[in-house]
Amino acid sequence: MTNKIEPKRRNFLFTATYTIGAVGLGAAVWPLVDQMNPDASVKALSTTEVDVSSIEPGKEITVLWRGKPIFIKRRTEKEISEAAKVNLKDLKDPEKDSDRAKNPEWLVMIGVCTHLGCVPLKNKGEYKGWFCPCHGSHYDTSGRIRKGPAPTNLEIPKYEFVDNNTIKIG
Amino acid sequence: MSEEKYVPKTKLAEWFDSRLPLLSLSHHLKSYPTPKNLNYWWTFGGILTFCLITQIVTGIILAMHYVAHTEHAFASIEHIMRDVNYGWLMRYVHSNGASMFFLAVYIHIFRGLYFGSYKAPREMIWIIGLAIYLLMMATAFMGYVLPWGQMSFWGATVITNLFSAIPLIGESVTNWLWGGFSVDNPTLNRFYSLHYLLPFLTFGLVILHIWSLHIPGNNNPVGIDVKKGSNETMPFHPYMVMKDLTALLAFLLLFFAFVFFLPDFLGHPDNYIPADPLITPAHIVPEWYLLPFYAILRAIPSKLGGVIFMFASIFVLVGLPWLDSSKVRSATFRPIYKKFFWVLVITVILLGYLGAKPPEGIYLILARIGTAYYFIHFLILLPLLGRYEKTDPLPMSISDPVLDKPGALDKFKEMAGKYEGENVGTFK
Ligand code: HEM
Ligand code: FES
Repeated sequence: MTNKIEPKRRNFLFTATYTIGAVGLGAAVWPLVDQMNPDASVKALSTTEVDVSSIEPGKEITVLWRGKPIFIKRRTEKEISEAAKVNLKDLKDPEKDSDRAKNPEWLVMIGVCTHLGCVPLKNKGEYKGWFCPCHGSHYDTSGRIRKGPAPTNLEIPKYEFVDNNTIKIG
Repeated sequence: MSEEKYVPKTKLAEWFDSRLPLLSLSHHLKSYPTPKNLNYWWTFGGILTFCLITQIVTGIILAMHYVAHTEHAFASIEHIMRDVNYGWLMRYVHSNGASMFFLAVYIHIFRGLYFGSYKAPREMIWIIGLAIYLLMMATAFMGYVLPWGQMSFWGATVITNLFSAIPLIGESVTNWLWGGFSVDNPTLNRFYSLHYLLPFLTFGLVILHIWSLHIPGNNNPVGIDVKKGSNETMPFHPYMVMKDLTALLAFLLLFFAFVFFLPDFLGHPDNYIPADPLITPAHIVPEWYLLPFYAILRAIPSKLGGVIFMFASIFVLVGLPWLDSSKVRSATFRPIYKKFFWVLVITVILLGYLGAKPPEGIYLILARIGTAYYFIHFLILLPLLGRYEKTDPLPMSISDPVLDKPGALDKFKEMAGKYEGENVGTFK
């Protein structure tokens, strides 16, 4: 072995050791980081069934799902037609009303402003849908963002009609 | 006065100090040479140290009675206020103490901006100071969540949601921060753990801050280097200790005027309503000391943009020692910088005012102008001034501005004649 080769071999060994060391360290740190993620008991609360038979047209209820408010709104004919006739080009986050409400009479949304998480107020704002008082986001009767800092429409959770009177969220 | 080396007086002291040089350290802290022209703006470092210790002591006491659980937190605060002996005092000192801490840190930072204390060779002091400031904000934010009132809950929701602006991973990051899908019990628990931890990290940084200060020594109101081994400096003890204590007493007067007579003045009444995840209060406002940043956040009409500008407004200060290329430290000798300094102070106060107002109409327009000016000050005005400003001539020594006045020297000699002592000797 000449003197020239030796440092190369040493460099290789150093690099290999550092690499293995870094992988090992990463593996050791991961549990310390991951423990902060939603735990099993939090994830277990992932579905809620709601009886909606007593909601009159034009009325809305709010239920709690995974610590978040869920708006369940029974829309009037007027609100449905207003939501449907909006030109998609006027929307910041274009989405058809029919894609947001499987059954146009019922709008089910996560009642959390997509800006910074406040709960918007119902029947308020320039588009007669919801208005978030925190930093002034206006949503229309389909819960789509029309004006203000919020980037996207109110989110639609996973839900289904179990029967005519019951919605299962989650 | 220059700093002479510690000489142990007894055998025991020598034995101890050669094994653990704590006596040398204490000697250094006493005899550390400070410029004799330091004014009262220089007393805020000591006041800040006092504030940190006060928060730690009252905080540890509150922790003996507080319960970090969504179902008990609010009630345990009321229990502290009503049942625990002197609990009301501990809580009010801790909550108003946070405000006083920020009041002092803002004065301390603007002192640095005015007198150019961030410039070479004090960049490290400045940067560690900013790290302390960031930790203070994080600590105060998490502390405000602990009472689990309406403002606690919604403040936490809005601030943690800032991270959801991060593209792609935003949602995973917020869920990770919350330990769930919204601010809830896991969030409260971890905030409590971190609220307890961070002040001790801050304490560690304060030690580094002061260590890095003791290498170049203090800047001073004139901003020129002092001659260390000359009569331009005085030992820290007793001269600065006495001055710091005088200022601390005045500061305590204000502090306890709040604690005893206006204990809830700086807080928000909504925080006496228990947290309710279904109802957002009409106006969410952060504590007063975060308002300027809140105004910047809302001034930008995009979610990600607002967050970026808000963080940038703090991080731009890290670059300050290099953005301000003027060799002259003190604004006293920088006629143009001095004016812009005061415009900046007014802008920040204005932003603070706007942060508490709804973001609409004239308030929004002003907040946008203020935000733009804030960045222009640091990114455009300072580099330009460094090049083109004509500064006033600097004095040769920190004594000159005082002694150069006609007749001043004679007056000093006359006065000095009346006293005896090591420092007056040179005037006679
Ligand atoms: C917990 C918070 C802090 C404590 C306890 C603290 C403490 C101190 C102390 C004891 C001094 C020496 C006395 C004086 O010059 O006033 C000092 C100096 C200094 N601090 Fe802080 N400080 C804190 C935060 C900050 C922050 C947030 C900044 C700036 C962003 C900062 C910047 C400076 C600078 C530049 C000096 C050197 C000033 C000079 O000698 O002219 N400090 N600090
Ligand atoms: S949280 Fe709704 S507008 Fe900011």
